[in-house]
Amino acid sequence: MLYTEAGQFSTTYRADRRVFRLRQDRIALGTLLAFAVAVVPLIGNDYWFSAILIPFLVLSLAGLGLNLLTGYAGQLSLGSAAFMAAGAFAAYNFNLRIEGLPLLVSFGLGGLVAALLSIVFGLPSLRIKGFYLIVSTLAAQFLIPWVLVKFGWFSNFNASGVITAPPLEIAGYDLSSPGGRYLLTLAVVIALAWLASNIVRSELGRNWMAVRDMDTAAAVIGISLPKAKLLAFGISGFYLGIAGSLWAFTYLGTVEPHGFDLARSFQVLFIIIIGGMGSILGNFLGAAFIVLFPLLLSNLAALLPVGLIDAGQLENIQKMVFGALIIAFLIREPDGLARLWQQFRARARRWPLRY
Amino acid sequence: MTEVVAPTTRAETLLQLDGISLSFGGVKAITDISFAVARGEICALIGPNGAGKSSLLNVINGVYRPQVGSVTFDGEVRRHMRPHHAAQRGIARTFQNIALFKGMTVLDNVLTGRNLKRRSTWVEQALRIGRAEREDDEQRSRAEDVIEFLHIQPWRETVVGKLPYGLQKRVELARALAAEPTLLLLDEPMAGMNAAEKRDMSRFIVDINREYGTTVVLIEHDIGVVMGISDHVVVLDYGRKIADGPPEEVRRNAEVIAAYLGTRH
Amino acid sequence: MDFFFEVLIGGLLSGVMYSLVAIGFVLIYKASGVFNFAQGALVLFAALTFVSLVERGVAFWLAFGITMAAMLLLALGVERLVLRPLANRSHITLFMATLGLAYIIEGAAQALWGAQVHGLELGIEDVPLEVGGLFVSQFDLFAAGTAATLVLVLSLLFNKTRIGLSLRAVADDTLAAQAVGIRLPRVWTAVWAVAGLVALITGLLWGARLGVQFSLSLVVLKALPVLIIGGFSSVGGAIAGGLIVGASEKLAEIYVGPLVDGGIENWFPYILATLFLLVRPAGLFGERAIERV
Repeated sequence: MLYTEAGQFSTTYRADRRVFRLRQDRIALGTLLAFAVAVVPLIGNDYWFSAILIPFLVLSLAGLGLNLLTGYAGQLSLGSAAFMAAGAFAAYNFNLRIEGLPLLVSFGLGGLVAALLSIVFGLPSLRIKGFYLIVSTLAAQFLIPWVLVKFGWFSNFNASGVITAPPLEIAGYDLSSPGGRYLLTLAVVIALAWLASNIVRSELGRNWMAVRDMDTAAAVIGISLPKAKLLAFGISGFYLGIAGSLWAFTYLGTVEPHGFDLARSFQVLFIIIIGGMGSILGNFLGAAFIVLFPLLLSNLAALLPVGLIDAGQLENIQKMVFGALIIAFLIREPDGLARLWQQFRARARRWPLRY
Repeated sequence: MTEVVAPTTRAETLLQLDGISLSFGGVKAITDISFAVARGEICALIGPNGAGKSSLLNVINGVYRPQVGSVTFDGEVRRHMRPHHAAQRGIARTFQNIALFKGMTVLDNVLTGRNLKRRSTWVEQALRIGRAEREDDEQRSRAEDVIEFLHIQPWRETVVGKLPYGLQKRVELARALAAEPTLLLLDEPMAGMNAAEKRDMSRFIVDINREYGTTVVLIEHDIGVVMGISDHVVVLDYGRKIADGPPEEVRRNAEVIAAYLGTRH
Repeated sequence: MDFFFEVLIGGLLSGVMYSLVAIGFVLIYKASGVFNFAQGALVLFAALTFVSLVERGVAFWLAFGITMAAMLLLALGVERLVLRPLANRSHITLFMATLGLAYIIEGAAQALWGAQVHGLELGIEDVPLEVGGLFVSQFDLFAAGTAATLVLVLSLLFNKTRIGLSLRAVADDTLAAQAVGIRLPRVWTAVWAVAGLVALITGLLWGARLGVQFSLSLVVLKALPVLIIGGFSSVGGAIAGGLIVGASEKLAEIYVGPLVDGGIENWFPYILATLFLLVRPAGLFGERAIERV
């Protein structure tokens, strides 16, 4: 009964456009954000920051990037990791070669480079449809890391192509502790998630969904398909590029191009399938699932007698369970965890009535 | 071919097709069709299945490109239209097999219809700065007018894919109307409807025509409806035009009777 | 010039190996509209099962039979647990389901048989043969012969048998096929089983060359550009696409590779296929459907 909308009316179009029309929702979101910003840094330990929270946030952002392209604009991509790599290596080089460039600006420039590359590999989408597109995105997936390995300049001639994070410093504050890296990641993710939620509810977001649902009709009502598609590739690439920078600098600290292989692209795709295509919240749910599930599985295995399941076997089992989950989600809940959350919310609104 | 000459008392011509021929890999869909639609009229395209009616609509708004002929719209002569250009010039349409954006709500579908009326850029909208917010209100208010006009307010927030067929047809009309078109192309707006629904839809079409002065070209099989609401009827058969004129004249045309009863060609 | 032709012929023959994977794809795509990413996992599963049986002392043909039976069971399972619940869903959904399927099959294959590399000896030596003054690998010739036989058998199956007729009907119009009484589950199972057979043969040939190991499942990535160039729905296209990719890849490796210090074979076919798509969006032999609205 706490969660009731009685007496809350939108009296202006502006009020009606809000993501959270219910006061309770807004309070809950505010509390969650305040908790994440103010309380978590105080109570979290290094393990939580480095092994769970930071990868969760970065993967959420990567999922968000792919979701804008695939979930909203309907363009399938298997090259997410390549654009993450492009973003990370570009940000690294901007930071390395331009004296005194602020960290966030190098992230942004890295994102722009990834966006440009994403647009280039998205160009075939103007001619071809559906899963023919996976070929050009796979071309990116194989070509970009190869270029990064092949030409030493990108990794400042490191023998094995590894790049190392620059000092994480913003306005004189040192953010290289686990808690600092967490806060930096969180700030970037919150800002970009806010932006994404604006975009998908704007004209551009509607145009994307129109292209996804029926491109002929979209063209007939005057939506420019090339513009809508290429903007989707560009903005998605920007998000993935920034996610790549965060992955390299705030999560791992050092990274090589092979860290952004096809398996990583699949991981990002699975996040949006499990979390929910065409949903902002879904990326966070999906990423949480992808990060927590292997931990849960290995903890379960640890409960069994020693030697019953070795590490290799655990990996195989994890793979099978993931595969099965993907299929199960596609069959039972194609809109993913986000949809389950919506249903739960709808029920909470009616509680204690059943319908 | 007995050409029924259109009366000369008509107002200015809005749309003129000249010698349009269209074929798909050797199969002729339309052969040498010419006709004119006057500004402000309701023009019906009728003819048996496969006569080329839908193909003709597709030529008018540029989904198909005819091999021969030209399209003149609002004084501009073109070899063929392009969908985007047609939309910009004020041509909107609905489809025979509803082409709505099924994953979006009714309101969002109607709003997409107004995409050409936006002035603010996507960056302004994403950051919610400048004219974006004010313009959002404006667009919403115009969309609400259309939604009210077609009586679909109760379903505003419903995802279109979940609506019944008849309502989907109405939402599609709303989306087309939201663009404030000069010319509205309707491909079988009443297909699959019962008598009451047809009556409602006919009412809407006539109201649109009278209130907004929108010129309408529609395809319809129900001869009763066609004769009741249209000012001008064009009859096609096997990709050719066999009659063109006011409804009462076309009704008496021998070739039309033959085509409809299937006696001979 | 002789060297050029040797490279060209070597490339064409290695292209046959790509075509084999692509044929498995085409079969499933034609019959069910599914873009089967799990074809590579099927290859791995088949080869690993076969080689593990042989290593345990099972005779060649018996191992072949048992593996084929396993592939049939797999086909039954896929139809029942994946295809049937997902009938009438979008192509992209089905594609993603096969990604999940690939994970399951790869995981299962390795959980059952382990992750180490197995050698596989088919009794054909990989030695150069001299044909008309040019040196050609004997193994490649054998692979090409196998592929030709396979294509012949498949085309007989499609054009001369009842199940082939049902299959073509389903490929053309699923609803209409059901309406005339064709049982979809059966056709789907049959086609996945045939794709399983193709995977087994592919797995044996690739396994004999590379060793039977996890990387076999990555041959799927070699087949994708082949499909794009040949078109998804034509067995002939798969062959032609394989030959084009094989030949151009080898030529590029020899003549372009040194300029950039090698290692281009992973991405070259994709760039080639992407460029190809820009010119012919439906592939070499694929048909472009007229869009009706």
